[in-house]
Order: sequence, then C-alpha cells, then structure tokens
Amino acid sequence: MTVLEEKILSVIEKNSRIDAAELAVVLGTEEIEVHNAMQHMEEEGIICGYHTMIDWEKTGIEKVTALIEVRVTPQRGKGFDDIAERIYKYPEVNAVYLISGGYDLLVTLEGKSLREVSSFVSSKLSTLDTVISTATHFILRKYKDHGTIMTRPYEDQREIVSP
Amino acid sequence: MEEADRNMKDIQEMLARQVVEMKPSGIRRFFDLVSEMKDAISLGVGEPDFDTPWHIRDEGIYSLEKGRTFYTSNAGLKELRQEIAAYMRRTQGISYHWSDEILVTVGGSEAIDLMLRAMINPGIGEEVLIPQPSYVSYEPCAMLAGAVPVIIDLKNENQFRLTAQELEAAITPKSKILVLPFPNNPTGAVMEREDLEAIAEVILRHDLYVLSDEIYSALNYTGSPHVSIASLPGMQERTVVVNGFSKAYAMTGWRMGWACGPAPILKQMTKIHQFAIMCAPTTSQYAGVEALRNGDEDVETMRQSYDQRRRFVLHALEEMGLPCFEPLGAFYIFPCIKGFGMSSEEFAERLLEEERVAIVPGNAFGDSGEGFLRISYAYSITSLREALSRLERFVKRHRH
Repeated sequence: MTVLEEKILSVIEKNSRIDAAELAVVLGTEEIEVHNAMQHMEEEGIICGYHTMIDWEKTGIEKVTALIEVRVTPQRGKGFDDIAERIYKYPEVNAVYLISGGYDLLVTLEGKSLREVSSFVSSKLSTLDTVISTATHFILRKYKDHGTIMTRPYEDQREIVSP
Repeated sequence: MEEADRNMKDIQEMLARQVVEMKPSGIRRFFDLVSEMKDAISLGVGEPDFDTPWHIRDEGIYSLEKGRTFYTSNAGLKELRQEIAAYMRRTQGISYHWSDEILVTVGGSEAIDLMLRAMINPGIGEEVLIPQPSYVSYEPCAMLAGAVPVIIDLKNENQFRLTAQELEAAITPKSKILVLPFPNNPTGAVMEREDLEAIAEVILRHDLYVLSDEIYSALNYTGSPHVSIASLPGMQERTVVVNGFSKAYAMTGWRMGWACGPAPILKQMTKIHQFAIMCAPTTSQYAGVEALRNGDEDVETMRQSYDQRRRFVLHALEEMGLPCFEPLGAFYIFPCIKGFGMSSEEFAERLLEEERVAIVPGNAFGDSGEGFLRISYAYSITSLREALSRLERFVKRHRH
C-alpha cells in the first residue's frame, strides 16, 4: 500500500463521489496517478464497492434491519468459512462477521417487514445443519452509521465574531 | 428629551478619548452587512468548522461532574502548564519551566494584550513594530498599552513574509517590540527557518523583544514542522511565544491560550492576569490537559483536511485566473483582485450583493491588504465548491 493509496482511501471512505480529477487536486498529485492507484486497489479488492448512505426511515419506505447472533458448529478442516458462505449467499443478508465471544457469527439482514425477517430466520437460517441457535435483534433506530450521524443534519453554529 | 440628550453628551465626554477614537474592527463592519443577508454563503469565518474532538469535551464534562468548579491557581493548573511545557518541547524543541515561564490565558488574544502591557512604558513613544496584513488586535492593544504602533507593510512578491530589509528599515531608536504573526491570518504566509534566521540577526543587533503569535503553528503545510523563532540561538530569552487551543484543537469557544517566555516578563504578565482575569476557565483547563495529552492525532487529521481544502481552493482560484501565492499555513488564502478596478471593499460588497458570497476584504487587516481578499477555507469542500463557483461567475463578469 503506497502513501497515495492510503490518502485516497481516507478521502473516499467519507466521500465516494469525488472524482479522480478532484482527488488529484486535494491530494496534490496528478490525475493519472490517482486513476492508476484506484484501479490497482479495485483489482486487489481493497476497494470493494461504492455505496450510498441512505436513511430509509426518512423515505417512508418500509425497511427492517435485524442483527442476528448465530451459534454454529465449526466443521473439521473448514472452520466457519463454509457455513458463513452458506449464509452470505442469501441476497437479503447484508453482512456476515465472525465474532469472538458468546456466539460465532453476526449476521445483519434487511427485510421489508418483521414477518419477512422472522420467516428468513426460522425457515432458512435455523434450519441449516450446523446452526445451533440464533438470537434476532431488530434495529429500532439508526443514530449513527458508517461514521455518519443520521439524526441531525450538519448545521454551521459559528456566530459572527470579530476580530 | 433634551435632558436625555444632554446626559448622552455628558457621558460621551466622560469616556476615554483613546478608546472612543479607536476605529472598530473592519471585519465587524463587513459581517454586519453579511448578517442582513440570510441566503449568503460565507467564506469569512476565522475559526475551525470542526467540533472539538469528543474525548476533549468529555473531559470538560467529567471535570464538572467531579465538581471542579473552583478557580485554579492564577497561572493555570500545574498539570496543564506541565503539558504545555511538554508540548513546546515535542513540537518545537524549546524547553520552558512550567512554574515560572508558562501562563495559561483566556485565548491567545489575552496573552497578546498582557505581553504588550507588561513591556511598554506608556506615553514615552516606545514603538511596537507590527507587520501587516495581520490579525486586527495588535495595533489597538499596542495603543492601549501606551505604545506607538509602527506598521511594516508586507509584500505580495515576498509571499507576505517579513524580510530583514523591511524590518531594518522600520527600526528606530524607540523600537522595542516586534510582533511576529506567523503562520499569518489573513495571508496564510509562514516564516520558514531561513526567513527567521535572517530577521533574528536584525532583532539581536537592535536588542528588540519579540511577541511571536504562533496560534496557527499546528496548521502548517510546508512539509516540515513549524519553526518557532524562540528556538533560534539567542532568541528564547527575548521572545514571548503566544499559542493556544483554538485553532489546532478546534476549541475557540473554550477560550484557552498560553504564553511562554522569560520568567521576568511572565511574572509581570501573570500579575496583570491575576488582577484582571484571575484565571482561565477551570472546565476549559481540564479539557486542555486532555487535548495536549491525547489530541495529537486529532490535530493531524484536521490539518490534513485543511490541507486538502487549501489545495482545492488554490486550484479553483488558479482556474478562474485570480492570482495568488501558495499559502503554507493557517486556513486562509489571499488572492489579489487588483485587476478588477475595484477596491477590496467594493469587490467584497458587490460579490455579496450579486452572488451572495461573503469574503472579507483584505484591507480589514491593514492598508497593505488593499487589493486582496481573505478567503477562509475552514468550510466543507461542498460549501467551498458552491462559493467558489459563484466567485468564478462574478470574476468572469467583471474582468476587463
């Protein structure tokens, strides 16, 4: 990882819409350098995608997010990888993390309704052979996500002052 | 009614003439105009747009919870002064003794006032050399202390750095103190080691004292660390360094600064401070300890963010053809608008009227700022982009 790549990541982690030309300006380099670095990081899978932060609550569109703690039996020679793959292949699954502590996998899931999420858990997740137990937590409100505070918009609070 | 008028007149006559005659800050007048326009976007504010990092705020809150609501010692909490000593050592390589060479003040501005009052014998023509364009407080503070301010006009072709020749030319037998305002508000100019060495020779030869206002020292984009004049040979014993939390740690509202310098000067400054102020706010002092102990990373993150905006604005100004030297400190850019046949104020006022963008005219910081604007880039890239595209429209329309 080069210094430039690290700098690029720190900027686009917060603002993925910035284009190569503007990145080159703010980082004090050439556009072609930025372009090459981005391409390299995409190829290496360092940059995995460019997403948009959406506060669905404000859209009126019904969405339910759940965090599901999953305890599983690890398989000989495979550990948790196979079961994680079985789970992350479902398109409604947003994230799968291997976790230390009281359970093994943390699965985040997005569905249209509570019913949809619970039916996924009961019919698909819990029925997997290696799954021992699940505990489902529904998210009631997102205050902050991906480092962004969602409850209040930025407001410049600086007052007029002199000198 | 008549009696009321007469009372008003009597009061006017009772007021200190020196203060009444003092002209109000030029920035103020401009901001009064801005405040009447609700839809204006501003590139005028001279303070960070970041919130104070949370761990620092948290320490302030915690100090209140613990009931730390009393005065501290006049010069400031011992642990804070020790942290300031450590900060000066690690960032600038200068050693100060915490107990008699460091004073915690209510912002850097109090320290400026104290140093001048502690050094100047009023009314006998002692001169304070003030390079301009610069922060607007030096001149009135020097006057209130009873000194004669002597202005040194800095030049665009020197990137608004102070040269040995300019300093030499301003010195008279009455010269006593040189104010050294770098990194500079409003120009963004810095003085690098060679620049400081050149003027240090003149300072030593003429036995001057230095008030070095280094409040923007952490916001330096030269690629090497800020150099304080006090770190040069023979200079620590004749320099009071003013610094503080406002700009580096985004802590303007906490009102916390400090002065470091020779014990005899600090002793007198502390005397005035104890009579006029007592001590800096206690809550702020506890937060300040946390800032100096664990805030280096926050400062670096903010510095990098300012640096990105600096490049962004500089590039945009180049694109629209507004000439501008590359500023290497603080969070200001100082483009030249001399090609438009307008004064700085006229340019700023018309820009405000026509495009609803508020930028402070350069002459608010001294006559040598005429023909320039001070753009603050303590704003998000999004705000900067919008403001600069309006400025570009204005520039295109008015270019001859």
